[in-house]
Amino acid sequence: MAVVRVSDLTVALPQGADRPFAVEEVSLSVEPGEVLCVVGESGSGKSVTANAIMGLLPDEVRPQQGRIELGERDLLRLQAAEWQALRGREVAMIFQEPMTALNPLMRIGAQIAEVFEAHGALGRSARRAKALALIEEVGLPDPSKVIGAYPFELSGGQRQRVMIAMALALEPKLLIADEPTTALDVTTQAQILELIRQLQRRHGMAVLFITHDFGVVAEIGDRVVVMRQGRVVEEGSVRTVLSQPRQAYTQHLIAAVPPLSPRPARGLAEEAPLMTVSGLSKTFRSGGGLFSKAREVKAVQALSFQIGRGETLGIVGESGSGKSTAGRCIVRLLDPDSGRIRLQDEDWGAKSGTALRQARKRVQMVFQDPYASLNPRRKVLSILTEGPIANGVPAAQAGARAAELLDLVGLDAAALDRFPHEFSGGQRQRIGIARALVMDPEVLVADEAVSALDVSVQAQVLDLLADIRDRFRLALIFITHDLCVAAQICDRIAVMRHGEIVEAGPTEEVFTRPAHSYTRALLAAVPGWGPESPLTLGRAAAARSGPEASPG
Amino acid sequence: MSPTKDFWRRFRRNRGATIGLALVWVVIAIAILAPILYPQSPWRMVQRPFLPPFAVEGFWFGTDTLGRDIGAGLAYGARVSLLIGLVSTLVALLIGIPIGAVAGYFAGRWDDALMRFTEFFQTIPSFALAIVLVAILEPSLGSIVLAIAIVGWPPVARLVRGEFLSLRSREYVQAAVLSGQRPSAIIFRQILPNTLSPVIVLASLMVATAILLESSLSFLGLGDPNVMSWGYMIGAARTVLRQAWWMSVFPGLAILLTVLALNLIGEGLNDALNPRLARKGR
Repeated sequence: MAVVRVSDLTVALPQGADRPFAVEEVSLSVEPGEVLCVVGESGSGKSVTANAIMGLLPDEVRPQQGRIELGERDLLRLQAAEWQALRGREVAMIFQEPMTALNPLMRIGAQIAEVFEAHGALGRSARRAKALALIEEVGLPDPSKVIGAYPFELSGGQRQRVMIAMALALEPKLLIADEPTTALDVTTQAQILELIRQLQRRHGMAVLFITHDFGVVAEIGDRVVVMRQGRVVEEGSVRTVLSQPRQAYTQHLIAAVPPLSPRPARGLAEEAPLMTVSGLSKTFRSGGGLFSKAREVKAVQALSFQIGRGETLGIVGESGSGKSTAGRCIVRLLDPDSGRIRLQDEDWGAKSGTALRQARKRVQMVFQDPYASLNPRRKVLSILTEGPIANGVPAAQAGARAAELLDLVGLDAAALDRFPHEFSGGQRQRIGIARALVMDPEVLVADEAVSALDVSVQAQVLDLLADIRDRFRLALIFITHDLCVAAQICDRIAVMRHGEIVEAGPTEEVFTRPAHSYTRALLAAVPGWGPESPLTLGRAAAARSGPEASPG
Repeated sequence: MSPTKDFWRRFRRNRGATIGLALVWVVIAIAILAPILYPQSPWRMVQRPFLPPFAVEGFWFGTDTLGRDIGAGLAYGARVSLLIGLVSTLVALLIGIPIGAVAGYFAGRWDDALMRFTEFFQTIPSFALAIVLVAILEPSLGSIVLAIAIVGWPPVARLVRGEFLSLRSREYVQAAVLSGQRPSAIIFRQILPNTLSPVIVLASLMVATAILLESSLSFLGLGDPNVMSWGYMIGAARTVLRQAWWMSVFPGLAILLTVLALNLIGEGLNDALNPRLARKGR
């Protein structure tokens, strides 16, 4: 008997949306004691499915047909009061963003106790004791201290543990986890996945796990449902689906997942470095007044590296490692406190004012968020030509060059006359790359340039970056948190932690013989690529049967 | 769907805003047609004084204490109200937007200096300041517009500054910095167009406030003595309020309806320009 059975569920989107249904004729069931992963790219309807089970659909999105059975009840026909009794007690949910899922004004203990209070369970002191036990069970350090802490005093991973404790409080039969590790660093992600797995076994819960990451599926799932554009494409055990996918779409998706193995080294000719950074440091100071000392964060400390034309240097690190600050110092969006940045024979780090503005075209940047990096009120033509025109290029010439580069990044010239909102995330990122290229840069800094993209789009944009690097002999500085992505494009890798480079070297060496313990920890935490993982086995099988048989 | 069509669809969904827009069109039409509807000056005495409304054909609104046609006063007053409302708002925007933009974009010391300057104006009660300014400059259309603009610009500067502070760290602005564009180009071409939605909403409400302020000034006798305005009409009629209600009620209604209509339009603009903030319909 399944814990929850979704049958033939169709949810309509409001008029004017890009398609009529958010999910269409979706059927799935979660058996007791299993982890069912629902995996799909953005817009596949995986979160809508989860929210429908929780009764959390927005007002304008309505289920049209189908049933969601939990025991005897059809959840689609519940009244508000019945929902209140059911949520938390029988079905609980963990959300993606631990930073906003907790009430910032309530102590942790009170938030957990509130779950019992809402269901009228336990007395006052028993609630506190149970909260303490839960905090201990989810592995938070020093439970007696955490119970009186406010959310801002905890890290992202710790907050996610608190969320899990709240979800577990009433021992629900079903736990829904909507991308619970997406916002976390890779080492934290590994710990949280391990925790969910442990708790699931201990309590015999059923877990519905929503994710976009096949590595996570391989790590935690028993069965998997692959969704695309609101429909179920493929379903089966994780082992089979990941190592021998039957549907073309699943094959294509899995082939696009970057493996945790470095590309073979390219033979790069030795030449004089284009950019030399030495001793770069940046410290942020905030607050501080007459009576209090300013808070100091040493974001980057004594960073040094060299990069030549046509080469790719990966700067890899977790959040707070200072990698983005380093990138912003290199393009001079931030002024470094000390250190030198030399660009050929020029002192790039010392330029300022008009001289800096006129030289800016030499070092360009591709940004992370394709939705925030293009001005929503300007057409693509203006976006691509404003820079060159500001640098004195005649408008007609700039326009012609814009069309040329748009073609190069794989977009139609008709795109010039359109606004950014008419493009998908991947297309916008291509426009962002074209915008950097119209300046004819020598150094290109890509700050998490593919992190916001779906995995299949990610692979295409990575290929494009590698292609333009070779075509224009660019020095590419690739900043990322994702080791797998870095392995696909970088010639050399520098691993950053707490503002310092802990290890640097050729990609192959860093991956196969990591020298620093932190690098080893990072590599070990990447989900889904263990020796026994179905992803690894599937990849190996595909390689054995010859490259022409391998999907993608 | 084209952006303009989309805008109208959302605007029209707010029924109050549609009514407000219709009302404002009526007021504008009356203002434009005033010389045709009432070829004679509104200051001319045309009938016996204290003529009640609907007593004599052609004088539906009655006459005032000196026998001047109240209908003519309403029509010509509409011109003054709309003119002062629009022009003073425009002047306030011209002062407030650049100050807010510079403070928000350059932040730091510029921000501190400009915001202290703005606060200086905000700490003085606006109506008192307007009275003092008009009294010093002598009442005329120009001085009234200037006075209303001077008390009206600080909220604009505050709003624009806030928008700039949040937009200046957007990635598209940083990309513009990296492409070597000048600060002036970044302010006017990259950031300013993205701040206009809330500014337009604020401006529509400022027109309403300006009309009220002008009426209040005229009521106190600080209006331009050469033009007929709604506030002046109420002010002149207040001594005979109990004998001749129509002399103050009609211009009062005119002020009420115009200001109400402008506020309704402001709300509709807010729904149409900030769809994400719009209240959800069930």
